[in-house]
Amino acid sequence: MPVFSRHSIRFLLNDTLVETSAVGPGTTLLDFLRIDKRLTGSKEGCAEGDCGACTVLVGRLVDGEVAYESVNACIRFVASLDATHVVTIEHLSAPDGPLHPVQQAMVDEHSSQCGFCTPGFVMSLYQLWLTNPKPDDYALEKALQGNLCRCTGYAPIIRAGAAMGRTPPEAATDRLTAMRERAKAELERLADGARVDVEYEGGRSIVPDDLDDLAAVLEENPDATIVSGATDVGLWVTKDLRDISPAVFVRHLPEMHRIEETDEGVRLFGCVTYTEAFSVLSKRYDGFQRLLERFGGEQIRNMGTIGGNIANGSPIGDSPPTLIALDAELTLRKGAERRTIPLEDFFIDYGNQDRAPGEFVESVFVPALRADQRFAVYKISKRREEDISALCGAFNVTLDDAGTITAARIAFGGMAATPKRAKAVEAALIGKPLDLDTAEAAREAFETDYQPLSDWRASADYRLLAAKNLLTRFVMEKTGDEAVQIVRHRPALEEA
Amino acid sequence: MDKRNDDLPLKEAIEGGTHTPRQHDSAHKHVAGTADYTDDMMEPIGTLHACLGLSTIACGRILSVDLDPVRTAPGVVGVLTADDVPGLNDVSPTGKGDEPIFPRDRVDFHGQPLFAVVAETRGAARKAAKLAKIDYAEETPVIDVLDAGEDPRLVTDGMTLSRGDSEAAIEGAANRLSGTMRIGGQDHFYLEGQIAFAIPGEDRDMTVWSSTQHPSEVQHMVAQALDVPSNAVTIQVRRMGGAFGGKETQGNLFAVVTAIAARRFRRAVKIRPDRDDDMIATGKRHDFLCDYEVGFDETGRIEGVDFTYVARCGYSADLSGPVTDRALFHCDNAYYYPAVTAVSAPLFTNTVSNTAFRGFGGPQGLVGGERVIEEIAYALGKDTLEVRRANFYGETGSGRDVTPYYQTVEDNILDRITDELEASSDYQARRAEIVEFNRTSRVIKRGIALTPVKFGISFTATHFNQAGALVHVYTDGSVHLNHGGTEMGQGLNTKVAQVVAETFQIDLDHVKITATTTGKVPNTSATAASSGADLNGMAAQAAAETIRQRLMDFASDFYEVPEHQIEFLPNVVRIGNQRVAFAELVQEAYVARVQLSATGFYKTPKIHWDRDAGKGRPFFYFAYGASCSEVAIDTLTGEYHVERTDILHDCGHSLNPALDRGQIEGGFVQGMGWLTTEELWWDDKGRLRTHAPSTYKIPLASDRPKIFNVTLADWSKNREATVRRSKAVGEPPFMLAVSVFEAISHAVASVADYRECPRLDAPATPERVLMAVERLKASARETTENEASHVQS
Repeated sequence: MPVFSRHSIRFLLNDTLVETSAVGPGTTLLDFLRIDKRLTGSKEGCAEGDCGACTVLVGRLVDGEVAYESVNACIRFVASLDATHVVTIEHLSAPDGPLHPVQQAMVDEHSSQCGFCTPGFVMSLYQLWLTNPKPDDYALEKALQGNLCRCTGYAPIIRAGAAMGRTPPEAATDRLTAMRERAKAELERLADGARVDVEYEGGRSIVPDDLDDLAAVLEENPDATIVSGATDVGLWVTKDLRDISPAVFVRHLPEMHRIEETDEGVRLFGCVTYTEAFSVLSKRYDGFQRLLERFGGEQIRNMGTIGGNIANGSPIGDSPPTLIALDAELTLRKGAERRTIPLEDFFIDYGNQDRAPGEFVESVFVPALRADQRFAVYKISKRREEDISALCGAFNVTLDDAGTITAARIAFGGMAATPKRAKAVEAALIGKPLDLDTAEAAREAFETDYQPLSDWRASADYRLLAAKNLLTRFVMEKTGDEAVQIVRHRPALEEA
Repeated sequence: MDKRNDDLPLKEAIEGGTHTPRQHDSAHKHVAGTADYTDDMMEPIGTLHACLGLSTIACGRILSVDLDPVRTAPGVVGVLTADDVPGLNDVSPTGKGDEPIFPRDRVDFHGQPLFAVVAETRGAARKAAKLAKIDYAEETPVIDVLDAGEDPRLVTDGMTLSRGDSEAAIEGAANRLSGTMRIGGQDHFYLEGQIAFAIPGEDRDMTVWSSTQHPSEVQHMVAQALDVPSNAVTIQVRRMGGAFGGKETQGNLFAVVTAIAARRFRRAVKIRPDRDDDMIATGKRHDFLCDYEVGFDETGRIEGVDFTYVARCGYSADLSGPVTDRALFHCDNAYYYPAVTAVSAPLFTNTVSNTAFRGFGGPQGLVGGERVIEEIAYALGKDTLEVRRANFYGETGSGRDVTPYYQTVEDNILDRITDELEASSDYQARRAEIVEFNRTSRVIKRGIALTPVKFGISFTATHFNQAGALVHVYTDGSVHLNHGGTEMGQGLNTKVAQVVAETFQIDLDHVKITATTTGKVPNTSATAASSGADLNGMAAQAAAETIRQRLMDFASDFYEVPEHQIEFLPNVVRIGNQRVAFAELVQEAYVARVQLSATGFYKTPKIHWDRDAGKGRPFFYFAYGASCSEVAIDTLTGEYHVERTDILHDCGHSLNPALDRGQIEGGFVQGMGWLTTEELWWDDKGRLRTHAPSTYKIPLASDRPKIFNVTLADWSKNREATVRRSKAVGEPPFMLAVSVFEAISHAVASVADYRECPRLDAPATPERVLMAVERLKASARETTENEASHVQS
């Protein structure tokens, strides 16, 4: 627990220390950069984290080193940046100096046309270059999923990404590499163990110092808005113009980033990002890797958290149906009290979850798959990647030695007001062999389980038909070796 | 003379002349984040921010408006309504008077701007705008063209193109078929949204920085709204963050609102709508319903064809007249119709007023024409490419060279383009392999298609085909260039500067292009219709040639050398036996009182158009191209992926092959988005529900063809005397994406053994693909059962 409070937000912005008390809980990093600091290189294209024109890097201390990740400045709140290092496009090259290798590659390959999305693309490529300077097409496409370009058709940007590795990261060519030690020292100094509590123009931002402090803050302020990755709350502010004060920021808490792996399963704490979660889950559960590839863009995967994806209760989040099918358990905490419930019981109705005021999602436990279980998850969306699911289906069946289905857990998102199990389908499968005749016979049961809506993502007819077909796909995949999914980068996928 | 310059170094060619692949002139600034867009400009102290208040219903009378809660909200300086417009309350670009800045009595679409609130900050303005209390008497809106009834209201007159007796030709043909196709609209999704920033001057002057493709029109609109002459208004455009037609007329309202507010409050005023408001309140590509009937022979050759193109235009005419005209102009695409009737119907709907978008109706017209080809091919069991070839325009004089609008096609290179692409893409072998693959693959099906493009270049309103430029040469030899075109990413400024550099024979970095402003080049046309480089390049060349001629005259006189012995070499002028640096000659000319500034002007020759008669030569020339795409579809979900695309495109003698390639790649992917995942979805109340990138899905990097081979037809030169024999490239490549659409169709058709045209509507979302697969599977089952029962009986 912290011993004192601080009433300002402090972070390193490029090579300058920023300390400010003039930010409300809803002040976005993008507005702060563009308006307060006149750093206009980062652009606002959508103000909802979908286009990437505002991409910046945020570095934080992880295991004693500064780890940088790309984020959308348009929905990242300044109050969440305490003790971080924010790196913007302006930092890549000195005003009159040579371009950074990533920038030069973009110029050489004619990668900009109107130029408005360009700083964002440069920053996304830059993040990739720092850790993977010579990426293949697969890595490039994945790193750029959160960046939209309307002019170039992307081909010259991909060519720039392929060329940028001619100059690898080193102090002589990269200002960030040159200042790593300084950044680390600054961040260590900024992490002073204080609870940050800033009031500005009637808005209050609280940044607890550790997990126990968070529990205490929420007990004191049970109606506070809990801000984790802000990939949803960000839009409450930028689109709905909602007042989120008082807001409690949790994304930085190291204890909330823990991933505990045992033979029994994986425990993910609430602020584990999608990037972090999927890197573990995709090794243990078949099909997660492909879900990861279709889940948000890189910036969103770096920002959004498992806890947030569950706690916001969205019927179209992709992790809840997946985790429900895996029989995950949720641990909620209020003050010092904890309770654990099956994840599926958390979702009561649309917009209504089993979370009391002051309570927060501390962790989710995902049981390991047994050898007799067959699992897969499929996401369907209008655009293959960086799109919200029309539907997302997860299948988990248990087979006995004779190949008969003895248990089934099937859950879908996008088919009901909440992430929901397909219990009639499950019943239709149990006691039958895992084959296409069984799948055919079980199709009708989907109509008992789901009466989906028609909306702009898909019609009810399509949702039902596709859900039925996903069962067929699941059976085909688990019983045969024929390709039943389109795969753009097969070798990369197999390596992963 | 005592000149000592004989040993001046002589380069073989200037840096950055025409036909060289120079970088975009702002590339360095783009990647560094130092290219300034309107929102990046320094704001004067006291700058105010405006936000539009939008209607919450699609159709009805306004009963009462209470804006007091808006006025009294924190930070608000004032509110503007129709009563606050000093001049004309209208921004209709064609002078129809059907597009009020703010309506007084009624609402005609959901999201219609009803008032503006002006506040100290953008955030305060946005919050206040939500506080308006407006009561409406709601009426039933006309959302879809099918809701419009028997006698629909038009926003402007339709057009008819007719040549020959198509009815008789269809009647008399061995084969006939008819059908209907829906062709979806498209949001521009320029990355930089609409924005305007006005600063009031002395007297009644107003300067507006506007993200517009059409500064002269914005000037006209602002002057008209403020009730001042045009000479009191200056519009500035340095660059746009994308436009694609979406800033041809749609910027008018925003500029006008800032100007009215700036006049009223005597302060600088900016407006930058949120992305969602931008997508809800500004026009898009028209969606069409296309009905067709065609008669054809056993080889697939068309004998007669009828088309009706019904467009959802929205609540006002905007550019719907010329857009729907251009749809008809491209119903033929690459094909000769012996007899044809094509009719357009620009329908009034209670939706946002649709507008220009890359291709300007042409793509929709072309897709209708290509559907007919597809239908014929599936009906006859032929490869679509064979049917295309059977219908291509013939060589000039072949008797198969006249368009439905009586223009003779004189520059046909369809055969060569198609043959070369067919070979380089290995179309035939791959098609055979795909058909074989589909025989055994149960879930994944593949498809391939090779489609051509022929696109007419010129504004169909002949008078827009003019341009001006202003060139100054300073005494140090540096050149300052201004023209009437606007830079939206296409590299127009780079191309025009290359033309000027080439004319003077000086390195490109001596030529500086400055922001487009109505104060330097007046009465400009929109940078649209792919015409930017054609028109402005010629105008700038003319200005440069004027100055060059003056320098020539001066040099001849001064050095006493005949003109034919004077030559502009790279950065050096050879005058008789000596060489003088360009800058030095300029300095000497200045001292001799030679005028070193000139305007240039260009108007496109040969073109004329009689709309009522449907006859003329609306286009100076045609641009051609072809593409071949291969896709894979998942017949369980309808998802798909573009495996490979090969493109061969005609840019004439390209002014800049790198920039042209960028237009081809970018246009293709944008077109692919239009035909695949970009879906505009209105609910039953007329609310657009796909109004942000979270719901409206343009292509990603990973959607581009996995293998993407783009080649310029480097052998092509424009037969007409265009700027350096180049061809326009902005719009034509957009339609190359039809190959993706038809390849998806081909893959779908495999489930019914290619015996039935899948009749996919556009966009071919995964849902449409899956539903088409289901439809074709069902009908194939039916056919098989029928055949079986025939055998039994």
